[in-house]
Amino acid sequence: METVTQKPGWLREFWFYFSENRGAVFGLWIFVIFLIVALGADFIAPYDPVIQYRDNLLQPPAWQEGGSWAFPLGTDVVGRDMLSRLLHGARYSFFVGIVVVVVAASGGIMIGLLAGFAPKWVDTIIMRVMDIVLAFPSLLLALVLVAILGPSLTNAMIAIAIVLQPHYVRLTRASVKSELTKDYVTSAKVVGAGFFRQMFITVLPNCLAPIIVQAALSFSTAILDAAALGFLGMGAQPPTPEWGTMLAEAREFILRAWWVVTFPGLAILITVLAINLMGDGLRDALDPKLKRS
Amino acid sequence: MIKFILSRLLTFLPTFFGVTLISFGFIRVLPGDPIIVMAGERGLSEERYNALAAQFGFDRPILTQYWEYLTGVLQGDLGNSFVTKKPVWDEFFALFPATLELSLFAMFFAVAIGLPAGVIAAVNRGKFLDRAFMSTALVGYSMPIFWWALLMIIVFSGYLGITPVSGRISLLYYFDNVTGFMLIDSLLSGQKGAFSSALQHLILPTIVLGTIPLAVIARQTRSAMLEVLSEDYIRTAKAKGLSTTRVNGLHALRNALIPVITVIGLSVGTLLAGAILTETIFSWPGIGKWMVDSIFRRDYPVVQGGLLLIAVFVMVVNLIVDVLYGFINPKIRKS
Repeated sequence: METVTQKPGWLREFWFYFSENRGAVFGLWIFVIFLIVALGADFIAPYDPVIQYRDNLLQPPAWQEGGSWAFPLGTDVVGRDMLSRLLHGARYSFFVGIVVVVVAASGGIMIGLLAGFAPKWVDTIIMRVMDIVLAFPSLLLALVLVAILGPSLTNAMIAIAIVLQPHYVRLTRASVKSELTKDYVTSAKVVGAGFFRQMFITVLPNCLAPIIVQAALSFSTAILDAAALGFLGMGAQPPTPEWGTMLAEAREFILRAWWVVTFPGLAILITVLAINLMGDGLRDALDPKLKRS
Repeated sequence: MIKFILSRLLTFLPTFFGVTLISFGFIRVLPGDPIIVMAGERGLSEERYNALAAQFGFDRPILTQYWEYLTGVLQGDLGNSFVTKKPVWDEFFALFPATLELSLFAMFFAVAIGLPAGVIAAVNRGKFLDRAFMSTALVGYSMPIFWWALLMIIVFSGYLGITPVSGRISLLYYFDNVTGFMLIDSLLSGQKGAFSSALQHLILPTIVLGTIPLAVIARQTRSAMLEVLSEDYIRTAKAKGLSTTRVNGLHALRNALIPVITVIGLSVGTLLAGAILTETIFSWPGIGKWMVDSIFRRDYPVVQGGLLLIAVFVMVVNLIVDVLYGFINPKIRKS
């Protein structure tokens, strides 16, 4: 009897390697839960995140003395429901992550492709400019950019995207350079593929693996940096239920009301950790060097 | 070797000029007239406006302005702070030791724990210790350190009451600033209890600032060790009958250290970014807090000058790491 061996689809192959890493799968589940929360915050959250219940200021969580199940995670200093604010906060964090990654990656990939394909002097200029951006500590540069643009969540996202962009440029350029020496690119050239066809259809798909891993990593960096800017008063402005901004508002009550400080930070940590776990899994699944080891 | 150093310097110079261009451009891209923005809500008379415009050179062509700025920078003239009226250069170097002291301690903390943790994880690959250490490292790597700092304050300063909440030393002590390093100065002062007070103030900020580098070093050490442990010369060493400790400690770790040292050198930027948050939370009088305060006070010469000095500092450290790396590893030098 003849046995037919078929090459598994790329998705199935990817899942085979990805699911070998249990941490990555765990991270993926948490990520999915957060995604659902972010999309459905309006329906899941018991209260409006900015409505103040003046009779219940700084009420502790339900399981602690003085708490009630009306406000399961307690209330903040002006009587807003912590749980509702946290759930809505997920929405801001994911929004930040997606926007920053899309802006930084698309810009970075375009510039990186250009640097890889362009003549040497253009390449040199582009890479020197990226070196300049990378010379500044990222959070500091983002902070100064926001100071110029004015503090708001949108400007914080723009600043973080600018700061993260050079990493994509470097990665893309490096992969393009190594792909360009390969035979399949030469043959594409010989059969007469145009400049843009070579760029986007021949070379780019083969450079995507490290870029996808980088996208996962910068998703978590974006959430962390946006929260840090919010914490410093340079990101989302009150009363926005953004996790970093919530922490900044809660700072003066740290010794009186542990819950207003603990929960927003925990939300940031769990989200970032889940994404980093996924990122590790992605790297293992996509990196051909590690695959067969 | 000289050729290698020269080539690195050649890439350093354009970056340096680019960085000066950015810090020069900073004050000029502020929305609106920079002088009106600086004056704030009070507004100012036309005379004062013209005087300020002349003082900052805004009335001259842009290239002349940049040339004057650049020559000023090279002579250590970064202008004066709006708030304190003191030269930005002097303020930076007065506060820098505080940041340096904190960063050195944080780095020491990170290496002292991260390096052994990485080695132990690699040697026990796939076993319980490996998984425990690496999960902890990933949590540390994902940590929002501003929240971590608040938690530390709640636990150690609030409930346990064993560490102070802010500053570099208790207000009970006062002595001259000799080196700028509080630990050394407090020893030199000879006052009883000053040194231990300074040390207590260092504990929490050190842990907070060192957490992310610690996680990075542990992860990097583990993967570098794993790579080295699969090399032929390690098998040879084992085959010769050398003890496991000797093979792991002497042969493997020594070679695994090269990438680890690079990571340590290149995390200066991460440390300074972390210092912004750590110093703000612990009221640590270093350049991180100075920058944040200046941004809020709209003290633009400080923001401009501080940005430049920090970037140049990071670049110089990276250059040194680069050159040292080439010195250790001939492969890099030749490529």
